[in-house]
Order: sequence, then structure tokens, then C-alpha cells
Amino acid sequence: MAPVATPFFFYLLAGIMLIGGILVITRKNPVHSALALIVTLLSQASIYLMLYAPFVAGVQIILYAGGIMVLFLFVIMLVSIERSMKERQLNSQWVAGIIAATALGGLFIAVYMKGTSILPDHALSVVEDNNTQEVAKLLYGQYMFAFEIASLLLLVAIIGAVVMAKKRI
Amino acid sequence: MGAIIQYVQSYLSSDKTPGAAGNMFWALVYIMLVFGGLSVAVIAMNWLERKILAHMQVRLGPMRVGPHGLLQPIADAIKLLLKEDIMPAEADGFVFWMAPLIVVLAAFTVFVVVPFGTTHAITDMNIGILFMLGVSSLSVLGIVMAGWASNSHYPLMGALRSSAQMVSYEVAMGLAVVSAILMTSLNATGTGTLSMIGIVQAQQAQHEWFIFKFFPLGLIAFFIFAVAMVAETNRAPFDLAEAESELTAGFHTEYSGFRWSLFFLAEYSAMIAVSSIAVTLWLGGWLRPFPNMLNGNPWDQIFSFVPGVTFLFFAAICFYNTVRMPKHPLFRIQTIGLAGFGAVLGLIGVILFVPAVSTRIQDIFWFSAKVAGFMYLYIWYRGTFPRYRFDQLMQMGWKVLLPLGLGVLILTASVALLQQKLWHP
Amino acid sequence: MTDPHTTLSPLELESHDKTYLDANELVINMGPQHPATHGVLRVILRLDGEKVLGLECVIGYLHRGVEKIGEHRTYTMFNPYVDRMDYVAAVSNGLGYCETVEKLLNVEAPPRAQHVRVILTELNRIASHQLWLGTHALDIGAITPLFYTFRDREEILKIYEKYCGARLTTHAFRIGGLQYETYTGFEKEVKNFLTFFRPKIDEYEELLTTNRIWVERTKNVGTISAQHCIALGVTGPVLRASGVKWDLRKAQPYANYKNFDFEIPTGQNGDTYDRYLVRMAEMRQSVRIIQQAVDALPEGPIMAKVPKVMKPPAGEVYHSIEAPKGELGYFIVSDGSTQPYRVRVRPPSFVNLQALDVMCRGQLVADVIAVIGTLDIVLGEVDR
Repeated sequence: MAPVATPFFFYLLAGIMLIGGILVITRKNPVHSALALIVTLLSQASIYLMLYAPFVAGVQIILYAGGIMVLFLFVIMLVSIERSMKERQLNSQWVAGIIAATALGGLFIAVYMKGTSILPDHALSVVEDNNTQEVAKLLYGQYMFAFEIASLLLLVAIIGAVVMAKKRI
Repeated sequence: MGAIIQYVQSYLSSDKTPGAAGNMFWALVYIMLVFGGLSVAVIAMNWLERKILAHMQVRLGPMRVGPHGLLQPIADAIKLLLKEDIMPAEADGFVFWMAPLIVVLAAFTVFVVVPFGTTHAITDMNIGILFMLGVSSLSVLGIVMAGWASNSHYPLMGALRSSAQMVSYEVAMGLAVVSAILMTSLNATGTGTLSMIGIVQAQQAQHEWFIFKFFPLGLIAFFIFAVAMVAETNRAPFDLAEAESELTAGFHTEYSGFRWSLFFLAEYSAMIAVSSIAVTLWLGGWLRPFPNMLNGNPWDQIFSFVPGVTFLFFAAICFYNTVRMPKHPLFRIQTIGLAGFGAVLGLIGVILFVPAVSTRIQDIFWFSAKVAGFMYLYIWYRGTFPRYRFDQLMQMGWKVLLPLGLGVLILTASVALLQQKLWHP
Repeated sequence: MTDPHTTLSPLELESHDKTYLDANELVINMGPQHPATHGVLRVILRLDGEKVLGLECVIGYLHRGVEKIGEHRTYTMFNPYVDRMDYVAAVSNGLGYCETVEKLLNVEAPPRAQHVRVILTELNRIASHQLWLGTHALDIGAITPLFYTFRDREEILKIYEKYCGARLTTHAFRIGGLQYETYTGFEKEVKNFLTFFRPKIDEYEELLTTNRIWVERTKNVGTISAQHCIALGVTGPVLRASGVKWDLRKAQPYANYKNFDFEIPTGQNGDTYDRYLVRMAEMRQSVRIIQQAVDALPEGPIMAKVPKVMKPPAGEVYHSIEAPKGELGYFIVSDGSTQPYRVRVRPPSFVNLQALDVMCRGQLVADVIAVIGTLDIVLGEVDR
């Protein structure tokens, strides 16, 4: 399908993502931060759509926005909020923060300066119609081992959580 | 001017949905039709639930507001709109306001990909089913926010329970859906599809509704989805979170008036949405019953008469009840109203006999009839079953439906592989 | 389980290992206005997360001083007051009181009066169990049986209305027999009711007995053992469901129950499901008794020779009957005057309610409501 008004949508979604990201770290109320994070994740899903990756966009909505953020909200709501709202907004580890931000920013600037020469030569094959099928072929074919290792990792995490939460087995 | 008319007409001969064809005008028309139909369906569901539940309980239900209570939903809507808008004192205003909005948005946006026919959908995404499952899982966020924003202990507990229940049953739903999607790949190229229209076309190509495929695997997957969808929409017998006789009164306790009606609207829309998923994936979507066993000319004609006959049947019920109305001057307006309603239904029935309309309306009618069957099942469950306790509910979701879903998935995959190997080596 | 012979302080809890995650105990208050407590009952629950550690009932919201009033009314004048205690099973209350005063006066009601008394009391048992079934199912979430049982209960209330003019607080019996002769067509109507009602019990059972959700909600919920029941003084279907075959109609027969042939249904586990089955079986046995009674209704007087101004000899008497909810006892002390010196009522619901603590320990919060329903308490009787 022919794309419509790409620059406008890109700048709009990128702007929403940035604003959402800034709201996440500046809000006092952790529930508001979580909501801003949800907005960021949804606009990220839309940018995936613009990159002709509908499968990743769908999975982002289901898992990230619909699953992980729900868990975030559970934890935030079960922990008392009053104490966290009285915390200072600015961190006392600002030196480490500035160093980390400079490092990351330097990395971004270096990539931008190098331009497209660090990317592979051939053009990206844009597979939009059969996107899910192509992703599946790669995931269950070439990268099968990594996929299984990742699921094993998740299994270990689940067992660990259950063991820690139960008082008696 | 000519260019506009040409633009509008260029879509009419297309064989794609307006979204896929890129036609904005028709996409907007379809959007308005779908959401108008959805609103009418929700209002009708309100009336139907009260009447059918009442008749199951040996009573009559609303009878006063309009003939046989037909105007009751409108009276309820007016009452809810005029009620005072109460917000708890310490509540977080923004979140309190946003929560019903998110739930309604999630419940309504899902209908963008629901296929009422081969071209009768707003758009046909190639991740259709993924999109539906994903967006309906966003409503969990709205519920959690609603419980928290009420700033009260009981709604918070109710909201957390409700959302834990919904998240648990989404897993079982997902597994059942994957089983059905697997069956779409049993074609020459071995490639399945996630698109809603593609799934129904796969059922058409394989000449078998997926509920009957690989018997009993398709049936078990359908059963898992049918149970999980009732738990997903917080309806009986899984409605502990909103029951009055339990300690926690539910996440929408503090909501009154219009905000509460938004939750209630979203609940019915979510019911219709998950029923649409079930109908599309297992019951052949818009396909008429027995498209292969009873095919050919006389049967096609007979089945094309069914929509008209259905509406004429409803009109006949209306006229019969008009004759049975008490012959008292106070009842005159109601009698005339019921007769008029019957006349409208009869007119629609007659229009549906016209071949030009009948060919276009076939798919939509069969799809809606199957979804209506599911709505009746929802109401029937509410009248019959006691409520599950919360720990029994979670136990069922994780210990019964999840292993069953995994088993069905593995068996379906094995049988499909065997079939491909043995019959198409 | 805790030892029933020690005094259980209501909120004394077993201590468990206090870990960091155990900061979960909270005290919750249920009622007195609550849709599921069957009246004005206040229950204070101590919870550990979802598990009930102990509970305490606060009663007295419906106390009307009935026993005190009894000291200032003559024996005949007090008769309508007893209906208002267990207002669901008013006829049984009347039967208990009239029989106690008859024992005090040393008269016996004539056979016809006793037959009609048995018919009306057993009809009352069916009506009380029907109300119990409807409300109990409603608490657990099955909203439909309520309407079915109330619709069928109407037939019984119509018979009462035709007989004595009132549906609920009937004041059907008098000391020494009956006041009103049965109306023409009474036997035919009772027989019609029995034919009408027999398939209805099957209808109720069809909805609930084998329903998987009902069984899961009621099996092993609110279990109480036979020793606990006896130690606490619990009687009625609760006692019988725990396995003790004790029914006052057979153990200490009154009002010519000796002449009728019926069984005492008992359960095994003493859980909510068994109590449900026992009460359903009791309804069937009541139908059997009524059939025998109405087939063999003798002719004769309906009132014994009782003085107009009743002055029973000084003394005390205790007489108890098997009310639908358990052993309903009346202890009347007479000092020779027209008004009793003391009327003490032993309501079955009051004593059964004490078992709520034992039944709910270790259960989940959602089960407390089911257990209150299965005890079948009426607050009018608990508080008097």
C-alpha cells in the first residue's frame, strides 16, 4: 500500500514519543509516569508500522503495552504511593548521569556523522504483505537456537518468581 | 466534480476492502456504518439481556417504557446522561477521566478489522487477528486505572482481580487462536495468514469450518476460546469482580452517570468483538451453513431467502403481540407503537427479498446471525450458572485451559504435518 | 482443627511464622447492611490475605424484647408474638408455643387438630426450605432458582391465606387446638399442591445438584464435624449433614408424628453440599408426610377443653420441636397467674450461628457468604 504523508506522520509520532519519554522521567506520580510510558510504547508501535513491520508492531502492543505495562501498574498500585510522591525529583547521582548521557549522546552523534556507510550494502527488502511469514521463517529456521534459549530464560525467571513468592512449597 | 464522482465510483467495482484499496471516502462510510451498527447492537443487547434473562426467571422484564419495554434502553440512556457526575474527593482527576476513555477506545477500535463479508470490512490488515487481540488487551489498562483512580480500597482490589483474570485468560485465548491460525496453512503453498478475511477464505477453500476440522481438535480449541472469552469480558460465571454480594464491589463502583455507561458500553462491545473473533476463526465467518453439502441452485436460492424470512418472522411476532395487547385506552399508544415497529421490521424483511439487496446483504446477515447466537449464549450463561470463586477461576485459567490449549496446539500441529506429508508429499 | 471443648476467644488466632511478607492481616467488617447476610448481622472478619483466621458475629440489631413482652401478656395474647421471631417459618413457632402451653396446662389437642397442625407445619417446612434455597443460590451467584422457588412458594402461601387470612405471620394455631375449621376444598388443594410440587424439587435439583460450578463452590466448604456440632449445640439440618441422625420428630415425637412414616436424611461430610442435599431430601420427606396426613384426616373436634381464662398451675416446662432450622425450644415458667413469669425461647438460628466461627476458619472470604447462607439463619430469631 502506498505510504501517505510520511514526513508528517514520522515527525508527529517521534514528537509524541519524545514528549512521552520526557514525561516519564519528570512526573512525580508514578502512575502518570506509567501512562506516559504507555503512550511512548504505542507511538513506537506506530513507527514500526511505518517501517513496514506490522508483526513487530502487533507484538509490541500485545506484550509491551498490554502485558508488561499492566504488570508495572500492578506493582505501582500495590506499593504505597505517598512516600514515592514525596521523593526529590532530581537524583543525587547526577555526575554518573551526566557521564552516561554524554557517552550515549556521543555514540549517536558518531553514528549520524558516519551516515549510511555503516549499514549493509544491499537495499532492504521491504516485505510488508508476508511480513509475519518471513519473520516466522527466520525465527524458526535460522535463529531457532536463540529463540529456544530466550524461552528457557523466561522459564527460569517464572520459576524463580514463584519460588520467591510462595511461603511453603 | 466529475473527478469526485469518479473517485467515489472507482471503489464500487473493487474486490478489496476500502482500507486496502486506499479509498478514504468509502472507508469513512464503512466506519460510520460499522459504528452505527455497533451502537444499535449494544442498545439492542441491553434490551435483549433484560428480557431474555427475565423470561428465563419466570418474569416479564421491562414492559412499561414503550411496548414490551422496547424504549427502555433509551430511557436508561437519558437517565444516565442526566445523572450527577460524581468524582471521589481524593481521586486523581486525570486518570479518573482517562480510564473509561481507554476502555471504550480499545473496545471500539477492534472493529476496524472485523470482516462482515469478503469486502465488507473497514480494512483488512495482514496482522488482523494479532491487532484484535492486542487492542482488546489494552482495555485491561483502563480497568486498572479505573480501580486505582477511585482512591478506595474495594475498587482497587476489584480492579486488580478483574485485570489479573483478564490477563490470565488472554493466554488461553491466544493458544486457541494459534491452533486455528495453524489450520489456515493447510493449503498448497503451506503459508497461513493472520488476516481476518484470509482466515475465512481459508475455511472456504478447505471446504470445512475450522470447528469441525481434525475432529475433535477444532472443537476443543473452539471450546477453550468460548470459555476464555466469557472470562475475558468479565461476564457470568466469571463475574466475581463486579458481583454485588461479594465483599469487593468492583472497579466501577465510584463511577456514576455517563462514565459508568461508557464502561457498560465497552463491556457489550468487547463481548461482540470476541464473539466476532470466535465466529471468524471457527464458525466460518460470513459463509452460509452447508456451502458445500447443499450447494447448487435451489439451495442457494433457499438460503438467500433466509434474511428476509427472519425479519418477516420478527414482524409476525410483533403483530401477534399487538393483537394480544390489552384493549384499554391507556394502552393505545403502546399498541400503535408495537404495530409500527412490526411494520418497520416487515418492510425491512420485504426489502431483503429484492435480489439486488439480497446478494449484497447475505454475508453480513450470516455473520450477524452467528454473533447474535453467541450473545444469546452469554445471556443464557448469566441466567444459569453460579459464580466461580476467584481462586477457582484462576485455577481454571492456568491449570485447566492452558495445558488443554497447549495440548490441542501440539496435536493440531502434528496432525497437520502428517496430513501434509501423507497426502501431499 | 481446634479443640471444641476449650473456650474459643473469638479473635484468638493461631500464630504462624511471621515473615516479611506476612504484613497482610487485616480486620474487615461485613454488615450490618449487606446484601448477603440475610438480615442485620454484623460479622467482623480477621483475614490473612484471603484466608479467614477468625470471625466474630455482632448481633442484637433486631432485638425487640419479645421475651420481656411475654411476661406482660396473657398466654393467649402472646401467641401472635412468637410468629414474628422466625418470620419465615411462623407456623412452626406457633406450634412450639402452643404445645408448650398445652403441656403446662396438661391438655392435649384433639386428633383432627393435630393432623391439620402437622399438615400446616410440614407445608411451612417446605416453604422455609424454598426460601433458603433461593437466597443461598443467589448468594453463590445462581440468580435463577430464586424466582422458581418463590413462584412455587406462592402456592403454599395461598393455602395459608385461605386458611387463616395471613401469608407470612399466620397465627394459625391456638392453645388447645385450632380456631378455624379447615375451609371447604382444603384437602383437595393440599393434594393438588403435592402433585404440583413433586416435579419442582426435581427442577431445582436439575439446576444445581450436578452443576460443576455449584459443586465446586459448596463441596468441602464450611465443614463441621459431628463432635463440634454436638459440643456447640447445633441442631437441625446442619447437625444431620454432619452424620448425626437426630430429628426431634423421631427422637422425641410430638403432635402425632408417631403415626407417620418418613425418613431422616443425613449427610456424611458436614460441608455445604451435604447440607444442601439434606434440605432437598427433607423437602421430599415433608411431601411424604403431608400426603399421609391429608389422606388420613380424621373427623372430630378441633379444640380441646381449655379454660377461657388460662391460669396454669405454678411450675415450669421445656418443650422443643423440630423447626425447619433446628431445635426450637420454649421454656415457660408459670407462677399461677394469667401471665407467664418467664418465657424463654431457644432459637435454633442463635445457637447455629455460633458455629460460624468454627466453620469459617481456614476458608476464603468468598466462602463466608456461602457458609452464612448454608446455616439458614433468620435474624428475627437470633435477636428476638
